[in-house]
Amino acid sequence: MNAVAAGLGAAAGFGALGATAGAVLPPRPRLPVAGVCTAGVGAAGCAAGVAALGGAGWSVRLPGLLPLAGTVWSVDALSGLFMAVAGAVVTAVAVYGIGYASGHGDHGLASRAAQAVLPFFALALILVPAAASVSTFLVLWELTALSSLLLVLVEHRERPAVRSAGVWYAVMAHLGLVLLLAGLALFAAHAGGEGFEELRRHADELPPAVRGTVFVLTGAAFASKAGAVPLHAWLPRAHPEAPGPVSALMSAAMVNLGVYGIVRTGFDLLGGGPAWWWLGVMTVGGLSAVHGILQAAMASDLKRLLACSTAENLGLVLVGTGAAGLFAASGDGPLAALALAAALLHLVNHAAFKALLFTAAGSVVRATGVRDLDRLGGLRARMPLTAGLFAVGALGAVALPPGNGFAGEWLLLQSLIHGMELPGVAVAVVLPLSVAFIALSAGIAAAVFVKALGIAFFARPRGGQAAHAHESPPPMLAGMGLLAVACAGLALAPGLLGPGLDRAVAAAGPRGAVPVTREGLGVRLHDIEATLSPLWVVAALTGALVLATVVPRWYGTRRRRTNARLWDCGGGAPTPRMAYTATSFAEPLQRVFDNVLAPEQDVDVTHARESAYLVERVRFRNRVPDRIEHRLYEPVLGALARTGRNARRLANGSVHLYLGYGFLGLLALFVVLAVGR
Amino acid sequence: MSAVGYAAVAVQTGAVVGGAPLLTGLMRQVRARLEGRAGAGVLQPWRDTRKLLRREPIAPVGTGPAFRTAPALLVATTLVVGSLVPLLSTDTPVAGRADLILVVALLALGTVTLALAGLDTGTAFGGMGSSREMTIAALVEPTLLMAVLALSLPAGTTNLPAIVADAVRDPSRLASPAGLLAAAALTVAVLAETGRLPLDNPSTHLELTMVHEAMVLEYAGRDLALVELGAQMRLAVLLGLLASLFTPWGIATSASAAGLALALVALAAKVALLGTVLAAAEVFWAKLRLFRVPELLAGSFLLALLAVAASYFLSGE
Repeated sequence: MNAVAAGLGAAAGFGALGATAGAVLPPRPRLPVAGVCTAGVGAAGCAAGVAALGGAGWSVRLPGLLPLAGTVWSVDALSGLFMAVAGAVVTAVAVYGIGYASGHGDHGLASRAAQAVLPFFALALILVPAAASVSTFLVLWELTALSSLLLVLVEHRERPAVRSAGVWYAVMAHLGLVLLLAGLALFAAHAGGEGFEELRRHADELPPAVRGTVFVLTGAAFASKAGAVPLHAWLPRAHPEAPGPVSALMSAAMVNLGVYGIVRTGFDLLGGGPAWWWLGVMTVGGLSAVHGILQAAMASDLKRLLACSTAENLGLVLVGTGAAGLFAASGDGPLAALALAAALLHLVNHAAFKALLFTAAGSVVRATGVRDLDRLGGLRARMPLTAGLFAVGALGAVALPPGNGFAGEWLLLQSLIHGMELPGVAVAVVLPLSVAFIALSAGIAAAVFVKALGIAFFARPRGGQAAHAHESPPPMLAGMGLLAVACAGLALAPGLLGPGLDRAVAAAGPRGAVPVTREGLGVRLHDIEATLSPLWVVAALTGALVLATVVPRWYGTRRRRTNARLWDCGGGAPTPRMAYTATSFAEPLQRVFDNVLAPEQDVDVTHARESAYLVERVRFRNRVPDRIEHRLYEPVLGALARTGRNARRLANGSVHLYLGYGFLGLLALFVVLAVGR
Repeated sequence: MSAVGYAAVAVQTGAVVGGAPLLTGLMRQVRARLEGRAGAGVLQPWRDTRKLLRREPIAPVGTGPAFRTAPALLVATTLVVGSLVPLLSTDTPVAGRADLILVVALLALGTVTLALAGLDTGTAFGGMGSSREMTIAALVEPTLLMAVLALSLPAGTTNLPAIVADAVRDPSRLASPAGLLAAAALTVAVLAETGRLPLDNPSTHLELTMVHEAMVLEYAGRDLALVELGAQMRLAVLLGLLASLFTPWGIATSASAAGLALALVALAAKVALLGTVLAAAEVFWAKLRLFRVPELLAGSFLLALLAVAASYFLSGE
């Protein structure tokens, strides 16, 4: 039997078992049983994905599963990559989730409904890339959206913000669905069939305008799922409000599906397209990267910060995808393959470190009940393991050498730098700017994660909750440990992914040479002279660190470190209130990007009643609203609300008026029919 | 080849470690003489380091591993960079790994560790220093990478020894508009990266103007010696890199002992000259206000962008 089919079958079985267990079991055995089943879904999905990456293909038609259209499934290496990533994330997060939901009774994530939906969500995440017809794909797509929406809402009793986030998420997800439905329906209507096989075969016969429309419609929907501007508004709302494991699944596995969609439709189904498609993707990606990381720099909510960083990283992935399309349109296959491989490698790395960061942030929230960095601090002493694991994730997120984020960004920069040799003014303008955007987002990302790690975990507690935190239970640590091992593996040996990436890129379609090969656990490019071997970097750094530690000790004093109180320029023993907070840490950056961010500052001065010269109270408020939301969403929402209020006058309760509307409607229909004929 | 190649790496690393305090001493001496002071002598930084190394390090209450390991990490990253970049020879065993992006990232890693150490102390000064340092670092990174792009376009690779060897083969490239613009951009970025005037004052102890110093206030003894040595080594490596990239003459392109010796002398002379010029310039510069720094860096970024554009549009003919 085919390994992919066996894996997917096992995942479906575990999913059904887990959902049933979550729905019927009493609270005590519910969590471990449903959790283990969800982990099984992940492991089986990951195994199926790895088998597909290894070259095993599989496709089947199951007509009975869905009325009318039936279902079509097909797994190639590209699907395999996304399935493997989602499966691995699901496995680790499911183990983590057993601990996260325990000890809180029957509420929130431990509730019957949540535990029944969670395995479904996990299964849908793994199955989306396996769908091979428009109807199958849309059903699964909607299933991920609905199940994740239910999971985002589980804590709605505790915080009112959850409900508002849920509304935003529901509306944006379904707007995306409408766009997707329109785009794919148009595509299927012109291709004369809705199976991906037919779409692929007839894509070349479509008129250019239709192809462009299909790409723009589906691209907008997929980009919204990936949190790209300007359709990103749901992401920094829904991801922070979801419980820890759900945020991790959404940020590390669900957003990837947006990239999958763009790669699948853009490269595979439509077979590539003109340069303007891909310039659009690159622009959107670059803007999302910088916008996301700037919002993250201003955020003082730990989970919002991570969510904005997700938008940034997916933006970088989109830059790589767009560059791949641009190079393919210019006829340079090998470079296109390299750029796409870079994008996919960064996506895999992002999934690993972002799942780790979100689970670690979930541990912090579970231990303290606080997400506000300004009230955290000093957790290193109370939660040393969580702090260490968060540091591993943060090292990946800043994209600096021993971390796992570096290889992907390095490969992306290499592909952009070498793309400059291609002709065309668009290339000459867009590529340097893309490099600048990547560099700027990498620079700000360093500041963001120094802030997240340094303010939340270092120094001393800034609030009572942080001072009384406790280390997380073993299942949570085990789940995070799995993710940290994945991060370390990806950081040390990205070359191991080489053959799989090659197959995935080849399956996606930009035809060209094999870009990345395995050599000494490093990345070496075939037609480009550049080598990176992370293992060597780590070895060199370790050697240098040993030298820098041992030589001064051998030469200088061997006396032990003495403990002393903080000097602080003679001030001595500062209180936690005197330490820098996240807001003050980000203040210089806020000033530098003042024109872009447009922060709102209010100073309220209350004067004493006796004299205007005496001040009784001063209140200062600083808010950095999302400017795109401010400029784009608020006018649209306002116009909608006005239209709604005005439309109310149309329905004043008079039956005669309603009969008149019916008559007019019928008349208009007749006119349309008569003219249309 | 390999014996001389390994010797080149060893001599270069040794020269960076041993020569960095001398370079700082030289710059302080130049500055002192220009200001009409006698100065403490070129060897004073070495004496300071020796003195500090003999004193025990302090572990302030409430600090953790980040604070304790940062000095060694800072020195370690700079050591790796110091052995990677082609200062003496372009033909070394590590030449294939000396990627310009990797070098930029390793330097940023050193900055990040020190910024985390500053936050770990939990004092207002530490936080202030690391906040400012990270703000500047976030803006330096695009400039550095853009200059990297401008430099690697003509050579067609980001490999540093290849870029330098390319420049040795074809020196006219250095005088092209792209080369000059990239040199200017990289110089500003190096000043920011090493915390020199006009971006940061390395000799200040006035809280309002401190950036680097504020982060390392709590260090003492051995730790302080390492932090100071790390900062001095960064300056030496980056000035050496500037010298290699834009005046590559004298660098050994093949593995021979005589070439190596000549390259060492040439490197010492070039870096000493650069240091003297920098020190002399610093006498006449005032430190910029912190919030004027982004303007300077934006200017430098623009220069790098112009360098890229120039190399693109002027290279075809």
